[in-house]
Amino acid sequence: MSFTPTPKQFKWLKATLFVLALIPAGRLLVYAFTDQLGANPIEFITRATGDWTLYFLCITLAVTPLRRLTKWNWLVKLRRMSGLFAFFYVSLHFTTFFWFDHFFDIGEMLKDVYKRPFITVGFSAFVLLIPLAVTSTNGMIKRLGGKRWQWLHRLVYLVAMLGILHFWWMRAGKHNFEKPIIFGTIVGVLLLARVYWYLKQKRAARVPERGSGRQVTSASS
Amino acid sequence: QKLAAKSNPAFVVMDKQTPYKDATTYNNYYEFGTDKSDPAQTAGTLKPRPWSVVIEGEVKKPMTLDLDNLMKLTSLEERVYRHRCVEGWSMVIPWIGYSLSNLIKKVEPTGNAKYVEFVTLADSKQMPGLRSSVLQWPYTEGLRMDEAMHPLALLAFGMYGEVLPNQNGAPVRMVVPWKYGFKSAKSIVKIRFLKEQPKTSWNLSAPNEYGFYSNVNPNVDHPRWSQATERRIGEDGFFTRKRPTLMFNGYNDVASLYAGMDLKRFF
Repeated sequence: MSFTPTPKQFKWLKATLFVLALIPAGRLLVYAFTDQLGANPIEFITRATGDWTLYFLCITLAVTPLRRLTKWNWLVKLRRMSGLFAFFYVSLHFTTFFWFDHFFDIGEMLKDVYKRPFITVGFSAFVLLIPLAVTSTNGMIKRLGGKRWQWLHRLVYLVAMLGILHFWWMRAGKHNFEKPIIFGTIVGVLLLARVYWYLKQKRAARVPERGSGRQVTSASS
Repeated sequence: QKLAAKSNPAFVVMDKQTPYKDATTYNNYYEFGTDKSDPAQTAGTLKPRPWSVVIEGEVKKPMTLDLDNLMKLTSLEERVYRHRCVEGWSMVIPWIGYSLSNLIKKVEPTGNAKYVEFVTLADSKQMPGLRSSVLQWPYTEGLRMDEAMHPLALLAFGMYGEVLPNQNGAPVRMVVPWKYGFKSAKSIVKIRFLKEQPKTSWNLSAPNEYGFYSNVNPNVDHPRWSQATERRIGEDGFFTRKRPTLMFNGYNDVASLYAGMDLKRFF
C-alpha cells in the first residue's frame, strides 16, 4: 500500500506536525503563566523537556524502520524536523539546568558535570547533538558530502543511548525504572532493527544470486 | 478536621510557612505512587481510623494504644519546623504533636534498648503503590535511642491546625527535623525498641546513597547531587538562587548527639 502525498499535501502535513511538536513547549508556557506547574516548577520543566527530548529522539530513530516497513520513502523528509525538535527540547532542558540550577555560572555548572556521572552522560549527549543540529541544512550536507554526512549523523545512535543512560541513572537511586525501561526498549528495538537489516544486507551481498539488487543498494541510516 | 493545639514558641522557626496546597500536593509517599503528585490523588483509600499502634521490644511495659489514647498521652502542641528533603527541596510546616520522649518514658525501655524502629502500614488494599517493588515493604525507619529521646523528635498527628491529611502520613507520623525527610516515618503502626540498629528501607535500597543517620549536612553530598543548597517550595521563584542548606537543618542543638563521630562516614 504505497502512499505518497502530493507536494501540497506534504506541505500541510509538515506544517501540522510542526505545530503539534510545539504543543509541549506551549503547554509549559501556559502552565507557567497560570500557576499550574505545581509546587516545584523548575523540576516540572526539567522533567517535561527531558521527556520530550527522548520522545523526539525515538521518533527520529523510528523514521527509517517505518520507511522500510511501509515503503513510504517521503517519511525521510520529515526526519530533519523531528531531529531538530529533539535538539530544541534538549536545549530547553539544558538551559533550565544551566539557568535555574547554576545561574549561568559556567564553573559551577562544569563542576557538576564532572562530579556527577548522570549529568556527565546527559551533558555529553547534549554536546554531541550540537554538530548534528549545525550540519542539518542542505548546504551542509552538500559541503560534507552524503557519505561523510551520514557517518557523522550516526552519532544519533550514541546520543540516544546516552540519553537513556542519563534517564536511567537519574532514576536509579529511587529504583524507579518503569519509564527508563520503556524508553530503553523502544530505542533498543529501533537500533536492533538496523543491525538486523545491516546483517541481512551483508549476507545478500555475499550471495548475490539470492539477494535482490534493491536491497543491496538501499542505504541504511 | 480541626485539631486544637497550643503553639510552643520554643520550637517555632521564623521562616515563612509553606502554603498548605504545596505541602499537601507535593509529597514523597511511595506507598501511594512514586510521582510527587500521586499521593494527593491516590491516598484517599487510606483509612486513618480506627487505628492502633503496637509498642513492643525492649520495654518493661509493651502496649497497644488506639489513636485516641495515643493522642491523649500528653498535651498536643504546635511547632513550626523546617523540613529538608534529601532531593534538595525544603518546606516550613506547622506540625501538631508532642515529643516522642513522652511516649518512650511511658513504656519504660530496658537497658538493652539502644534503637527505636518505626514500622509503617503496608496494606495493598489501601496503598496502590505496594504493587511496585521500588522499596521493601513495609517501609521502616529508625533512630538511635538518644536521637529518639531528643525533644525535637516529634510524634505528629496534625499540621496546619488540622489532623494529618492522608498523603502526609495520617494518622500518626514522626517528624525529625534535623534529618532528611525520609527518616520521618509516616502512618506508623508499630514502634519497636531494639538492641541492634534496625534495617531501614532507603538504606536497604541504596546503601551508598542513604545512610542510617541521614542528618541534613551541606558538607556531605548525595552521590548524584549536591546537598549544599536547597530550593524552598512555594517561596523561591525562578529567579531566586537556591538558599544554602544549614548544618542539621539549622537545629544545632542536636550536634552534641554526634560529638566525636565522623559524619562523612556515618552519613
